[in-house]
Amino acid sequence: MEFRPSMTTLSRNDVAHLARLARLAVTDEELDLYAGQLSAVLDAVAQVQKASVEDVPPTTHAVPMTNVVRPDVARPSLPRDVVLAGAPAAEDDRFRVPRILQEEA
Amino acid sequence: MSTPAGTDLTATDAAELGRLLNTGEVSSTEITRAYLDRIAADDGELGAYLHVDPDAALARAAELDSSEGDLGALAGLPVALKDVVVTEGVPTTSGSRILEGWRPPYDATVAARLKAAGTVLLGKTNMDEFAMGSSTENSAYKVTRNPWDRDRIPGGSSGGSSAAVAGGLAPWAIGTDTGGSIRQPAAVTGLVGHKPTYGSVSRFGLIAFSSSLDQAGPMARTVLDAALLHEAIGGHDPLDSTSIPAPLPPLAECARRGAEGDLSGVRIGVVRELGGEGHAEGYEPGVLARFGEAVALLESLGAEIREVSCPAFDLALPAYYLIAPSEASSNLARFDGVRYGLRVGDDGSHDLDEVMALTREQGFGPEVKRRIILGTYALSSGYYEAYYGQAQKVRTLISRDFNAAFGIDDGNGVDVLISPTTPTVAFPIGSRTDDPIAMYAADLCTLPASLAGVPAISVPCGLSEGLPVGLQVMAPALADDRCYRVAAALEAAQDAARGHRFLDQLVRRAAGPEEPA
Repeated sequence: MEFRPSMTTLSRNDVAHLARLARLAVTDEELDLYAGQLSAVLDAVAQVQKASVEDVPPTTHAVPMTNVVRPDVARPSLPRDVVLAGAPAAEDDRFRVPRILQEEA
Repeated sequence: MSTPAGTDLTATDAAELGRLLNTGEVSSTEITRAYLDRIAADDGELGAYLHVDPDAALARAAELDSSEGDLGALAGLPVALKDVVVTEGVPTTSGSRILEGWRPPYDATVAARLKAAGTVLLGKTNMDEFAMGSSTENSAYKVTRNPWDRDRIPGGSSGGSSAAVAGGLAPWAIGTDTGGSIRQPAAVTGLVGHKPTYGSVSRFGLIAFSSSLDQAGPMARTVLDAALLHEAIGGHDPLDSTSIPAPLPPLAECARRGAEGDLSGVRIGVVRELGGEGHAEGYEPGVLARFGEAVALLESLGAEIREVSCPAFDLALPAYYLIAPSEASSNLARFDGVRYGLRVGDDGSHDLDEVMALTREQGFGPEVKRRIILGTYALSSGYYEAYYGQAQKVRTLISRDFNAAFGIDDGNGVDVLISPTTPTVAFPIGSRTDDPIAMYAADLCTLPASLAGVPAISVPCGLSEGLPVGLQVMAPALADDRCYRVAAALEAAQDAARGHRFLDQLVRRAAGPEEPA
C-alpha cells in the first residue's frame, strides 16, 4: 500500500478543473471558498489511509446480490406527454436541447 | 364533534389514533383537520413543511371516512413524507432549487404503499438539499426549527420530518437515512427513528443521494408507532434491484413484547469506540451521562451488558465522506437541465455543455457542490485507489467488526450493539454552517451501521440541558426486530419511571410553566 502524506491540499486550479469535469460553472468567490474548505475535508478523509488493508477486499454494497431479475412482463411506460410536461423545454414530442456541436467554420 | 373530550389529537400517538378511528370515536377528517390546524398555526415559525395541500388532504380523509372496505390498521391516519420521496402530481424538490416546481409523474414505492394502506398525505417535509447535511440548514428553501428550542437545529437531513412529528404537526413521518439522517434528527427532537436493514425498504422513487447507503424508514413518537409504519413500507419490491427478497420480521409484535420489559438473556454490547473510554472526545458529558443511565436501566431489565471494541469504527467518518460524495457526484449527474427541473442559459448564446454547467451552478447549493467536487476528485484517475478504493476497504473492515461483535461466525457475540445516537444535543442554528468538518461530526455514531447496511434505531434516553438525548440500538442485517424489542423495553421502563411519555414533556412545556408544587 502506497502511503501518501496526510496533508493534501486542493488549489484553486484543482477545484476549477474538478468543477469543469462535474459541469459546475463555479464563480471566483466559490473557488476561493471551496479550495479552503475542501482542503480541510480532504485532510480529514485522508485518515482512511491509516488503515492497514492488505488483502482486504473492497465493499461496494452492503448486501451483495448478483443477476437480479424480475419476471419479464410488459408494462406500459409513462405516457409521453406526461413525461414531457416536466421537461424544461420540449418540441415535436421530444426534449429540446441547446445545440451540441459548434457551427462549422 | 365525536372526539373524546380532552383528547389532543396532535399529541396522541398513531397507534392510539388508529384505535380511536377503529372504534368510530373519531374520523379521519377530524384527525386530519386537527393536524392541518396545527400546521396553519405553527409551521410559519417551525418551517417543517415545504408543501401542504389542505384541500387535497381533507378530500382524501373524507374519501376514507366514507369508504366501506377495510383498508387495514393505518387507514385514515395522516402521514408526512420527506421531500426526497417522489409523489405523483405532488411537488417534490429534495430540498433543491434544481427541482423547484417539479411534479413527478409517478409514486415512489414507499408513497404507493402508504397510499394503498389508506393513509392521508399531510405534506412534504423540509430537508437538507439532496439529503446532504445534519441540520436541515442546507435546504434551498427555509430554515427548520427544533420544537424543543426554536433557536436550535432539528437535525438532518430529515429535519422537516423530525420537527413536524415532535412539534405535533404530523403523527409520524417518513425519513431517509444515508449516514444518520433518520436517527440523528430523531435523537435531537426526542423521537424514535429507525434506519432499516439496507435493502429491506424499497428505494424505488427515492431521489438518489448515495445508492449503496440510502434507506427510507419511520420517524415516530413511540417505538410501536415506528414499527407499525415500518411494516407498512417494508418488504421486497421488484422495482428495486437491491431490494432483499425476504419478508420483514414481525416488528410491531416485537415492539409490544419488548414493552413488557423483560430483557433477560439479551446480550447487549456497548461500543467502546462510540463515546467509551479513550473515545469520549467530542461527546458532551450530559449525553454520556444519560447514555450511562440507560445502560444501567437495560441491565436492570435483565440484559447482559458487555463492552465491545470495534476499532474500524474510528475510520467510519472519513470512509463515509469519501463513499457518499463519490456516489453522489455520479447520481447527481442526472440533473443536467434536459429532462426535468431547472434550465439556465438556454437563450441561444450557450451550447449544451454551458447550459448544463450554468443550470447546475444555479440549481445546486454550496454543500451539494462541495460534495460533487470532492466525489469527482475521489473518483478521478490517480486518486481513486488512495481515496475511494481505500474507503471501500475500510467499509469491509467495519462490516467485519460488526460480524465479530455479533458473533456471526462463532456464535459467541452480542445480540445488539448500543451507543449514543449523537455526540451532542441539538446545536444552535448557524453554529456549524461555515465548518463542514464540525457539521459532519454530528454523524459520528450513526455512520458505522450505514456503511455496514445493518439496522439501527434511535430511542430517547433523557434530557441534557433540557434537550433530548438519543440511544442507538444496532442489530445484524435483517434482525430489525431486535432493535424494536430493546428500544421498546427501554422506552417502557423510562415512561414508567417518568410517569408519562417522553414527548409529553414537550407538550407540557408548550402549555406553559407548571404551577409550583
